[in-house]
Amino acid sequence: MSAPTDLNIDHVAQLARLALTPEEKATFAHQLGDVLHHIEQLSKVDVAGVEPTAHAFAVHNVWQEDVARPGLPVEKALQNAPAQRGHMVVVPKVVE
Amino acid sequence: MASELFYQTVSELSAQLDAKTLSSVELTRAVIERTKAVDARVRAFNSFDEADALAQAAAADARRAKGESRGLLDGIPIALKDVIAVENQPLTASSKMLANFVSPYDATVTQKLKNAGAVLWGRLNLDEFAMGSSTENSAFGPTSNPWDLTRVPGGSSGGSAAALAAGEAIATLGSDTGGSIRQPAALCGVVGMKPTYGLVSRYGLIAFASSLDQIGPFTRTVEDAALVLGAIAGHDERDSTSFKTDIPNYRAELAARKGPWKLGIPKEYFADGLDPEVGAAVEQAIAFYRGQGCEIKEVSLPHTRYCLDTYYIIATAEASSNLARYDGIRYGHRSKDATDIVDLYFKSRAEGFGAEVKRRIILGTYVLSSGYYDAYYLRAQKVRTLIRQDFLNAYQEVDALITPTSPVPAFKIGEKSDPLAMYLCDIYTIGVNLAGLPGISVPCGFTKSGLPIGMQLIGQPFQEAGLLAIAHAYDRAHEWSDRVPPL
Repeated sequence: MSAPTDLNIDHVAQLARLALTPEEKATFAHQLGDVLHHIEQLSKVDVAGVEPTAHAFAVHNVWQEDVARPGLPVEKALQNAPAQRGHMVVVPKVVE
Repeated sequence: MASELFYQTVSELSAQLDAKTLSSVELTRAVIERTKAVDARVRAFNSFDEADALAQAAAADARRAKGESRGLLDGIPIALKDVIAVENQPLTASSKMLANFVSPYDATVTQKLKNAGAVLWGRLNLDEFAMGSSTENSAFGPTSNPWDLTRVPGGSSGGSAAALAAGEAIATLGSDTGGSIRQPAALCGVVGMKPTYGLVSRYGLIAFASSLDQIGPFTRTVEDAALVLGAIAGHDERDSTSFKTDIPNYRAELAARKGPWKLGIPKEYFADGLDPEVGAAVEQAIAFYRGQGCEIKEVSLPHTRYCLDTYYIIATAEASSNLARYDGIRYGHRSKDATDIVDLYFKSRAEGFGAEVKRRIILGTYVLSSGYYDAYYLRAQKVRTLIRQDFLNAYQEVDALITPTSPVPAFKIGEKSDPLAMYLCDIYTIGVNLAGLPGISVPCGFTKSGLPIGMQLIGQPFQEAGLLAIAHAYDRAHEWSDRVPPL
């Protein structure tokens, strides 16, 4: 397994779309270094031939009848939108 | 039986409601007055809607007057953790991100409780997005433990446990991803149950780690837990992970299922780090079962030492994915300083999330990132298989397992500032989530200084009826739940 020093906090914060202050970066890098160091012991487990478990009781191929049912009215679906106009969510300009 | 209405059980109160010696409005008023009297100190509630609760209570009384009672929960005030949607009520996850969010629809468990006639009462505090073990991570301030206001109630469902212990509700619901129902139940001296993964629908529950999350009840007695679980369990086509299984009458099964049982004691759960008073109380409970003719057998869950690491990889990975939806666009906090849409994502998330949530998003993003997925996430999922197999092997020999719920009783607010020290609070509970099993914490004593102690009983998948019967055998023979905190 990789060493905790591999944690490039700028890169990971970029992937997570999360702006961090210099103080947060320093604190998290240190704290997560400790956590990752602890996690290192998982590398000792022999997992050869072991299948991964994604869900304790996996349910596959869940289908529903293709029948139209009432959904949320537009007003309700948009009631928590930070900005809206004409039944649409308003966002900053995406394309120049 | 405590004399105050707000300290009685669902079973006791529903008998009085049926006999018409008590009305739901009287009961709901008693709970509201109690909440107003103590919540400035306990701070279990994020919000409550007094008029709405009294209107629900009046409707319950009207049903009973017409002979149309919906059953034992009709007219009983039940409060919900603030991650479970109730239409037209706030839903905050104790996060600044959702400080102004109002639910447009009901969670399935909410709908089921409404159908059963329960009076839905108030939104309960938690660690932000259910990430924590003390309720100190709430953006709205910590909840106190009713037994000692300088101590934590546990977490993340700390508000659910504290409100019940303080008489601010007759039952509550929480959610449990790594122990978030059972650990606060133990620290507050109430019963808390996490059902088998898939038994209770998560539709309308704010997602934390989707392969682990389950909703479950907090109650004063195991009998009440059986009642509330029966009301919320069952397959739901709106949660594709919910399981198609028959839901028995759990309360009726309590009397139908008599021991003696074969009970396993996992030796790894009585090792270093266990508080001696907690250990002694659980040993006493084991002695009780032995005295009832149960066969007590030491068992081994050899991968226990890997549970914590496995959990923190899987839970943070899933959380980083689930919390990607909070981007400031369709709902939730939106930064006012953004220059373009990408900047809007970065700043809205930076302003909306607290420190522990950010830490877990970073860790989860890292373990899923290119080049690390196999080493962390995939490996953790394989170790999860081994952890689960340990439990299933043990169940070849025994009916259920007994462990402490938490290694320590309630600790001081502010005592655990190091994230890793806080994560260790869950060492006895997280294996149950990884294996998808049902677990229940039952009060089993007090420390010399008067803090509650809980034991955990772990059952077999979808065998809640059997687990509840085992827990009930202990609970009805003891009177721990008759003690009330010095508020």
